[in-house]
Amino acid sequence: MALNCRHVWDRISDYIDGTLDPQVRADVERHLATCEICSAVLDSTRNIIILMADDRVFELPLDFSKRLHARLDDVLQHEHPEPA
Amino acid sequence: MTGSDAVGSPAQNSPEAVLIASILAGEREKFHLLIMPYEGQLFRTAFALVKNEEEAEDVVQDAVLKAYRKLASFRGDSKFSTWLIAITLNEARGRLRRENRVMIDSLDERREENADFTPAALTDWREIPLAALERKEICAMVHQAVAELPDTYREIVTLRDVEECSVNDTAAILGISVALVKVRLHRARLLLQKKLAPQLRKATKDTSKRSFFGRLSWL
Repeated sequence: MALNCRHVWDRISDYIDGTLDPQVRADVERHLATCEICSAVLDSTRNIIILMADDRVFELPLDFSKRLHARLDDVLQHEHPEPA
Repeated sequence: MTGSDAVGSPAQNSPEAVLIASILAGEREKFHLLIMPYEGQLFRTAFALVKNEEEAEDVVQDAVLKAYRKLASFRGDSKFSTWLIAITLNEARGRLRRENRVMIDSLDERREENADFTPAALTDWREIPLAALERKEICAMVHQAVAELPDTYREIVTLRDVEECSVNDTAAILGISVALVKVRLHRARLLLQKKLAPQLRKATKDTSKRSFFGRLSWL
């Protein structure tokens, strides 16, 4: 089936996650091969997903882990987990 | 990233299950080891909701202590990480509720219907500016764009694209259907693309210009 740009945009997320069924995926790929705008939308969406997953974007505060384990230590020394 | 892995039940003899059993048997200090791999995930989950570093840190500490106290009630029918993230999410939501900062889901739904999900059509920004991540302003742009998303979208995109949880785990953590996760994730990604692609294109173009002139002045 020939898809227009709107159809392709509606399927971008599932395309990136690889969850489209094979026939729809083939239709999307056929459109992407000839549509510069949709292939740019795909690339930029994918780039943003890659950026979001990069640990440098959402860094932990300095000594976050140290403070967490110090507070935990206080409790571990005095408390058992509650019985189920 | 397939997004299709099932919410796995950890095997009873997995290293994590063994660790949990020994903590419950009295080796309490091993709880440090149990949570260590998930600290970053928990912070980012909390931060996505409360949008403030200090508060997110408090949320994580409270959630981790709750997880320790309730450890015996973890049945192993979901992943430990899923359980831990769900506790953190509830802790953050509880805090927002107490402070009346909670955004009502139905309000989000209305915004969903009215939002424009047309992506930004830029044909000249395709590179991944990973090197540019060293620059705080790039990270700030991403933070800002995520912070401006409606709460329901921000939760989804944080779990799925920042934490890289599977679609099924995301659905389990949020207690919603896989289909709804997919719809919201798709919309969130398009909103981010629309907002960020023009900004990142401009920022990365500035970077290449700067480094070009930088080289010239060095010569």
